[in-house]
Amino acid sequence: MSSVDTVLLSELDGPVPATLPSALGLLSLALGVGALIAPGPVARLTGVDDSPAARSVLPAIGLRELGSAAGLLSGRRPAGWAWSRVAGDAMDLTLLGRALADRSGDRRRRVALTTLAIAGITAVDVLAAVRVGRARRARARVIRMQIAVTVNRSPAEAYRFWRDMENLPRFMAHLESVRADDLRRSHWIARGPAGHRVEWDAEIIDDQPNKSITWRSLPGTRVPNAGRVRFVPAPGDRGTEVRVELRYAPPAGALGRAVAKLFGEEPEQQVRDDLRRFKQVLETGEVVRSEGSPNGISVRQQAMQRPAQPLPSSRR
Amino acid sequence: MKATAWMGTDSVKVIDVPDPKIMNARDAIVRISTTAICGSDLHLYHGYIPAMRKGDILGHEFMGEVVEVGPQVRNLAPGDRVVVPFPIACGHCSSCQRGLYSVCENSNPNAGIAEKIMGHSPAGIFGYSHLLGGYAGGQAEYARVPFADVGPVKVPDEISDDQAVMLADVFPTGYMGAEMCDIKPGQVIAVWGAGPVGLLAAASARLLGAERVIVIDRFPYRLRLAEEHIDAETINYEEADVLDTLNEMTAGRGPDACIDAVGLEGHHGNAAMYAYDRAKQAARVETERPFALRQAILACRSGGVVSVVGAYGGFVDKFPMGAFMNRSLIMRTGQCHVQRYTRPLLERIQRGEIDPSFIVSHRMPLRDASKGYKIFQKKQDDCTKVLLKV
Repeated sequence: MSSVDTVLLSELDGPVPATLPSALGLLSLALGVGALIAPGPVARLTGVDDSPAARSVLPAIGLRELGSAAGLLSGRRPAGWAWSRVAGDAMDLTLLGRALADRSGDRRRRVALTTLAIAGITAVDVLAAVRVGRARRARARVIRMQIAVTVNRSPAEAYRFWRDMENLPRFMAHLESVRADDLRRSHWIARGPAGHRVEWDAEIIDDQPNKSITWRSLPGTRVPNAGRVRFVPAPGDRGTEVRVELRYAPPAGALGRAVAKLFGEEPEQQVRDDLRRFKQVLETGEVVRSEGSPNGISVRQQAMQRPAQPLPSSRR
Repeated sequence: MKATAWMGTDSVKVIDVPDPKIMNARDAIVRISTTAICGSDLHLYHGYIPAMRKGDILGHEFMGEVVEVGPQVRNLAPGDRVVVPFPIACGHCSSCQRGLYSVCENSNPNAGIAEKIMGHSPAGIFGYSHLLGGYAGGQAEYARVPFADVGPVKVPDEISDDQAVMLADVFPTGYMGAEMCDIKPGQVIAVWGAGPVGLLAAASARLLGAERVIVIDRFPYRLRLAEEHIDAETINYEEADVLDTLNEMTAGRGPDACIDAVGLEGHHGNAAMYAYDRAKQAARVETERPFALRQAILACRSGGVVSVVGAYGGFVDKFPMGAFMNRSLIMRTGQCHVQRYTRPLLERIQRGEIDPSFIVSHRMPLRDASKGYKIFQKKQDDCTKVLLKV
């Protein structure tokens, strides 16, 4: 297959979202510099200026913060550095807890305020670490496929059928419906096992009549996905090579497991079956059914054949 | 309705199943009048074809009366008397358009399984395993016929059921076997197997102008049919060495073309050779017993054609590739593209050039299908072909 640019997924192909980690990096930098060059005022502000140990502990904390700042601002392994901040927060909260127990009056009030502030920062740090980690894992889970079928129809006919997105469920087995909202936007509903449904909005981002269609899910969907189909004239006047590239990133957790089941253990085989049905619909007018496979081609159906005899009336 | 179902190895039974209904717009429902047991049904009966399920309705040779058509079938109407080709073919994919109906690209809904074994999937076939589609077969009172606008052919009144049902499989298959030999005047054609396909291949070789036709089998009553109806010479491989005899008959040249009409369950005159492949087949180390094919290759004249219409399902051991390559042989093969031959062969029957029903030995009611399989399997009562009447 000739190499083509992969379809970009805005959630997956930009840099890992780094605004929050960078902001935290700047915070670490400020705290680190403060603790190193002005341990006295910092000790007063936080209410531990009466402790001789604070004078040596604070610069150490400052150094630790500078380390976190360097890591976070470098942009490399942001998840790891975000978690290093959470660890630092835990250490600080432990120290502050002890300080709070020993103090009274105005100092106790200042230590309490500091504890509150650090607790708030801890929450933000945890959030950042989780988000950055999730984005990284989503990238690692991205599934890519390139599958093709030759259809005995002209590129124009194949393009026209595919371009009407509402036709897609006629051959994509896991789709329940696709509603075209306008020429570019559409709403997709996929059905999964145990009543799980996954819905998303998609847009056509590139449309070259009779040649190719490129689409992707809109930002914010739980299963980011994108695809491109190209309609290449088959050599020797044999119709059209329909070449499909797909990318999708199943989420983690229960939804991710449902999506994984949706595509089965062999996602490529499912897409291959989809393309076989596409060929059947274009060449013969509909999906071909047998008594053993009354719903037509599908991996699941092939694995669980009913006997080759007419269906009972209730199942028709 | 009543239908003949595969119940496991060496077991078929006529059972009650629901009547078929239209599932696709190009379907027709046919009320069957005559259906036949094919030699290849015995491969299913013996359990050599994978992906069978208990309860599968058998039968891929059948004819009858159209009783219902789907909305997209415009060439047929209820009341039409038709014979139905055994491969299911859409007529619109590029294979069908090149006349290669038995490798239709759309008619096997289980193409994914077939691809794993065969690389690419052939067409679906009536009543012939889930590997080839999971279609209900025609040894029944009714059958659903997909792509009825492509396959079934109307049969004129003057052609009997017994003649017409030969057009579903065995006559076109035998004919294609002979046609692939590319017969020239003066040529000698040897046919392994004097079952229905072998006998009709030999008869077709005659139709296509072969000078001499030699038929090889081990059942005297079948060889007698070849002698009486086709004027063929015969070799009983249990009594004579086949290669020596063929060389003697052709003054050392070998037959110009050899037709393998035996397939995966061959027998061998040499007990040790038979035991070797039979044991491997039983252990599923080898899926075929390719004696006829090996012998056909060795016998064939250098530069000649080995035409294979006997059915194979899997893998062959000890394929004599050295002989095949060094002697410039050509192999041609395929499940028959029946749709290509039904009309021309119907015309040959109408013109009286051939009556393919000479192979029929038994006619019995559908309810006796189980007995029919047994008689055919055991070659009892001089059985060559069993027709089931509905």
